[in-house]
Amino acid sequence: MAEVTLTGVSKSFGSDTALDNLTMTVPDGSFVVLLGPTGAGKTTTLRMVSGLDRPDSGRVFIGGLDVTALTPAQRNVAMVFQQYSLYPHLTVRENLEFPLKSPQLKTPQVQIDRKVNEVAGILQIGHKLNNRATELSGGEMQRVSIGRALVRNPAVFLMDEPLSSLDAKLRADLRIEIKNIQARAGATFLYVTHDQIEAMTMATHVGVLDHGRLVQFGTPREIYENPVSIYAASRLGQPRINLIPANLFPGAPENATEIGLRPEQIKQGEGESSLVQRVERLGDQTRLHLAFKDHKLITVTDAHTELKPGDIVPIRPQNPFYFDANGARIPPRTTT
Amino acid sequence: MEPSGRTKWVASILVVGYALITIIPLLWIIATGFKSPSDAIAYPPKVVFDPTLEGYVNLFTERTRATEETLAQVSEGATWYEAIVHDQGMVIAGPSRYGERFMNSVIIGFGSTALCMILGTAAAYAFSRFRVPLKDDLLFFILSTRMMPPIAVAIPIFLMFRSLGLNDTHLGMILLYTAVNLSLSVWLLKGFIDEIPIEYEEAALIDGYTRFQAFYKVVLPQAATGIASTAIFCLIFAWNEYAFAVLLTSGTAQTAPPFIPTIIGVSGKDWPAVAAGATVFLVPVMVFTILLRKHLLRGITFGAVRK
Repeated sequence: MAEVTLTGVSKSFGSDTALDNLTMTVPDGSFVVLLGPTGAGKTTTLRMVSGLDRPDSGRVFIGGLDVTALTPAQRNVAMVFQQYSLYPHLTVRENLEFPLKSPQLKTPQVQIDRKVNEVAGILQIGHKLNNRATELSGGEMQRVSIGRALVRNPAVFLMDEPLSSLDAKLRADLRIEIKNIQARAGATFLYVTHDQIEAMTMATHVGVLDHGRLVQFGTPREIYENPVSIYAASRLGQPRINLIPANLFPGAPENATEIGLRPEQIKQGEGESSLVQRVERLGDQTRLHLAFKDHKLITVTDAHTELKPGDIVPIRPQNPFYFDANGARIPPRTTT
Repeated sequence: MEPSGRTKWVASILVVGYALITIIPLLWIIATGFKSPSDAIAYPPKVVFDPTLEGYVNLFTERTRATEETLAQVSEGATWYEAIVHDQGMVIAGPSRYGERFMNSVIIGFGSTALCMILGTAAAYAFSRFRVPLKDDLLFFILSTRMMPPIAVAIPIFLMFRSLGLNDTHLGMILLYTAVNLSLSVWLLKGFIDEIPIEYEEAALIDGYTRFQAFYKVVLPQAATGIASTAIFCLIFAWNEYAFAVLLTSGTAQTAPPFIPTIIGVSGKDWPAVAAGATVFLVPVMVFTILLRKHLLRGITFGAVRK
C-alpha cells in the first residue's frame, strides 16, 4: 500500500487538454473518489497513475518513488476498466489467475487457488469459474473484472466506474465489499464514479476535476457542506443544488450573483410564498417541485406531507451559498 | 426472418449444384490418376473403368524398357508395384524426381508462409497499435506492390537473383514468395488486429506483463482466426505459383508445379501419371485448410468488452 502523488501533470491528446497541471496527493490507505463530468480528466488521471499513458510534463510518485518513466507492470497497480476487458479466450478462472501468474508475481499454484476461490466467493461468481469469459452477463463480467484486481495486493487500486453496469442490489453489496477490502487491507484506492451514493459512502476524500484541473479536494462532507464553487457544489447532492439569482431573496452580499440552495437550506413555513407544482413521493422522502418568482426549485419535505400541487408554501434561505459572477463561492460572513 | 422451407430447398439445390460444377474437374483429375493410359484418352470418356495404380507407380519411378528374358528373370518375387511396371514391359530404374520436387514445394510453400506470418503479424501489429511516421503512406506503398502482376518484375528479379546467387535455391524462392505475399498478409492481418480492442493489452500490461508478453498471451490467441485464414491464402499462392518457379528454378529447388508437366514423358502421353502428380499435389493444401478450418469457422470473438 502506498501514497500516490501527482505533481504538475499535464497531458494533451492532439488539441484537447485532458489534464492541466494537475497536482494531487492520494494519502496512503485512503479511498479517493474523482468526480467530474465526462472530459474532466478522471480516466486520464487513472491512466497516468497506471502508466498506460505518460504525462507530457509533471511527475507521478507511488510510495515516494518516482514512477513516471516506469511501465505499468513495474508500478504494481491494479486497474478495473470501465470496459470489462476480460480476456475472451480464457475462462473466468484463468482470467482471475492471469495477474497472479504474471512474470512479476509468479505466485505458487496453491496460493493462486486459495486467492481465486476467496475472491470468487466475495464477488458471487464461484459457480461460473469454468465458463468462458464471453459466456457471462454484463454484471458477471464486471464482477470478474473487479476480481482480477482484487486477487492482487497492489500498491494502489485504480477503478474506473466499476459498478456502473450492475443492478442496484449487487451494487449495494459490492460497495460494502470493496469498502471492507479497503478498510481491512488498508489499501489505497483511486476511484472514478458518477454515482453520488458511491462517492459519499465510500470515499475518504473526494477530488473534483474540471477541465483537467483539480478544483477542490477534501472529505465528501467538506465538498458537500463547503464547496468552493458552483461547479463543486453541483457535483454532490440529490436532488441537485438549486441555483437562482441572488437578488430574489434579501440579505445577499453585494458581489453575489447567484444563490445556491440545497434542499436543507430551504426553510419551509416562513418567508416568501412559492407554489407547489408537483409532489414526488419516493418512499423515504418526498420531493417538492416549487415555482418561485419564475424559477423552479426542488426540495425535500416530510415523507407524509399533506401538500399537493397548487398549494402555497412560504420559504426562506437558511445559511445558503452565495456565488459571484465567475461561479466562485463568496465566503460566509463570520458574524452571522 | 427465418427463410421459408421452400426458399431453403431452392437454396440447397443451388448450392449443391454449384458445388458439383466446381468439383467435377477435380473429380476428373482424381479419377484419371487411377485410369490406364488408354482409358484416360478413351472417347467417349469413360466414367466407369478398371482402376489401376499404374499412374501412381509411374509418377514415383523412373523406368527403362526391358527384354523378355530380363522381365522373366526379375518377375520372380516381384513386389506389386514392380509387377505393374513389368506389365508395361519395363523395369524400375530408380525413384523419380517427383518426391524431391514435392518436398521442395513443401519447404518453399510452408517456409514462405511461416515467414510471411511472422513478418506480417509483427508489421500489422505495429501499424495497428503504434504511432508510425508516415503510416498511411507506408501502408499504401505496401499495397502498391500488388498493383501489377508480380511476374511483371520477373526479369529484374531474375538478374538480382543471379548476382546474389539465389537462383535455384530454396532460400531465394522463400524470400520471393514472402515478398509477394507480404502486402496481402499485412493488410489482412492489420484488419484483424484492429478489431481486437486495445483494452485487452492494457489490462495485461497492468496485470504485470510486458508489451511483448501481452502481445503473445492476449493478442495472438485472439488473432488466431485472422492468422489462420491469411496463412491459407499465402500458402495457396506459394504452393500453386508456376511462372517464377519455371523461370528461377530448374534443379535443386524446383517446385512441383513446373515439374508435373514434364512427367508426361517422351514416349507416349502418360496422362494418368500427370493426374496422379496433380492429385498428390492437392493433398497438403487440403489437409492444411481442414486443420485450420476450426479457426476459420469460429469467427471473431466478441462481447467481452463493453462498447
